[in-house]
Amino acid sequence: MLKYTEDHEWLQQDGDEIVVGITAHASEQLGDVVFVELPEIGREVAKGEEIVVIESVKAASDIVAPIAGVITAVNEALPDSPGMVNDDAMSAWFFRIKPAAGENIDGFMDEAAYNALIG
Amino acid sequence: MSDLKRTPLYDLHVALGGKMVPFAGWEMPVQYPMGVMGEHLHTRAKAGLFDVSHMGQVLLRAPSGLGADAAVALETLVPANIVGLPEMRQRYGLFTAPNGGVLDDLMIANRGDHLFLVVNAACAEQDIAHLQTLDGVQVEPVTDRALLALQGPAAQDALSRILPDAAAMKFMDVAILPWDGAELWVSRSGYTGEDGYEISVPAARAREFAELLLADEAVAPIGLGARDSLRLEAGMPLYGHDMSVDVTPAEAALGWSIPKLRRAEGERAGGFPGADAILPELAAGAARVRVGLRPEGRAPIREGVAIWDAESDGARIGQVCSGGFGPSVGAPVAMAILPAGLAAGDTVWAELRGKRIPVTVADMPFIKPDYKR
Repeated sequence: MLKYTEDHEWLQQDGDEIVVGITAHASEQLGDVVFVELPEIGREVAKGEEIVVIESVKAASDIVAPIAGVITAVNEALPDSPGMVNDDAMSAWFFRIKPAAGENIDGFMDEAAYNALIG
Repeated sequence: MSDLKRTPLYDLHVALGGKMVPFAGWEMPVQYPMGVMGEHLHTRAKAGLFDVSHMGQVLLRAPSGLGADAAVALETLVPANIVGLPEMRQRYGLFTAPNGGVLDDLMIANRGDHLFLVVNAACAEQDIAHLQTLDGVQVEPVTDRALLALQGPAAQDALSRILPDAAAMKFMDVAILPWDGAELWVSRSGYTGEDGYEISVPAARAREFAELLLADEAVAPIGLGARDSLRLEAGMPLYGHDMSVDVTPAEAALGWSIPKLRRAEGERAGGFPGADAILPELAAGAARVRVGLRPEGRAPIREGVAIWDAESDGARIGQVCSGGFGPSVGAPVAMAILPAGLAAGDTVWAELRGKRIPVTVADMPFIKPDYKR
């Protein structure tokens, strides 16, 4: 089941890892994405740490780590084709993170709660 | 946003799904559902319709009824050849400041018995007050007209379907053309690097005229976001960013707008604010000058990003004044005012998120303009 953060990320549990992307709402707000910088695989990150740089035609913004953990994979296709984020935000994943001990995504919003947030 | 002014096309922008934002005291569309990238590319491929009604339109008349007398007066504020501007032609110029900086840039059209000026929205009030200091001219702000820009390779076809006489106009020509009982003020000019027109329309008829243009399948509405990326690719400076009262004409690389006859030894040398600073600098060359930049990779370098002369240590030599992603270039492009002597192909470094990335000094415009000269 998908979970959502207040930073407009979607989170999908896949085995013992979490796949992270941004929501369609976020991609619409950003506008056309022209640059993505991904974290290094193996990097240990803290919850809330800015780990992805995303630039649209309008502005620069960040994606933060939703939980503490280790980056296990990144979407290598994104830096060359950043427009994928606008084409289909739900399939344009950014990174996979293995949660640190005791971390999980149970407390994040479900789809109904997220939809209520973005009104 | 109650203090913001609305143009005669406000309702049309909302109906077209425009995202309205505050800009220079006006509520303007920054983009439509097509998005900044799509709008930019559409303008270069077909034609884009821009609402630029926020810009200041001003008529300048001399009591003699002679446009030439208004031109003589305006030359005391603007170092251009306005007296020699042929009838029904338009020219670019600068309002200069006593310190040698730039107060605003403007377009000046000679309409025979008077001049027609278009100035920046954010500077309009100040420019009008500045013009009112001139002896012997009447300054008439035009407040009952919208201003539209139609830009792109399909602009001529789209406009001449409504105004056949527009087709024969050349770049920087000006015409007053009748349309269905209204008078349109048309110039073949723009701010995108594309062929196109700027059209002043009576406010009450503006929406009807805009919708007539938009009915052409080649024409799409374009917001301020794409207007900025289009002019950036075209190497055109934006007041308040690439030039200001702290930047001289030579530093802004706008010396070309000051002809020989207004320079030292010229027929009508000087006689405008800041001439004592501006003319010697034009003769000797400025110590710093606006140049184009092409960063390596895809990361845009935006306004304010520091430029260094070395990958590590070295000196900070300036900062980006305009920058972003150039959709037609397919890469980031920027402008900065940097020490003179840098040539196209030289490398400097931009500090982005704590790292310095290599940036190549580049000729402007970044795209090949398509004017109908």
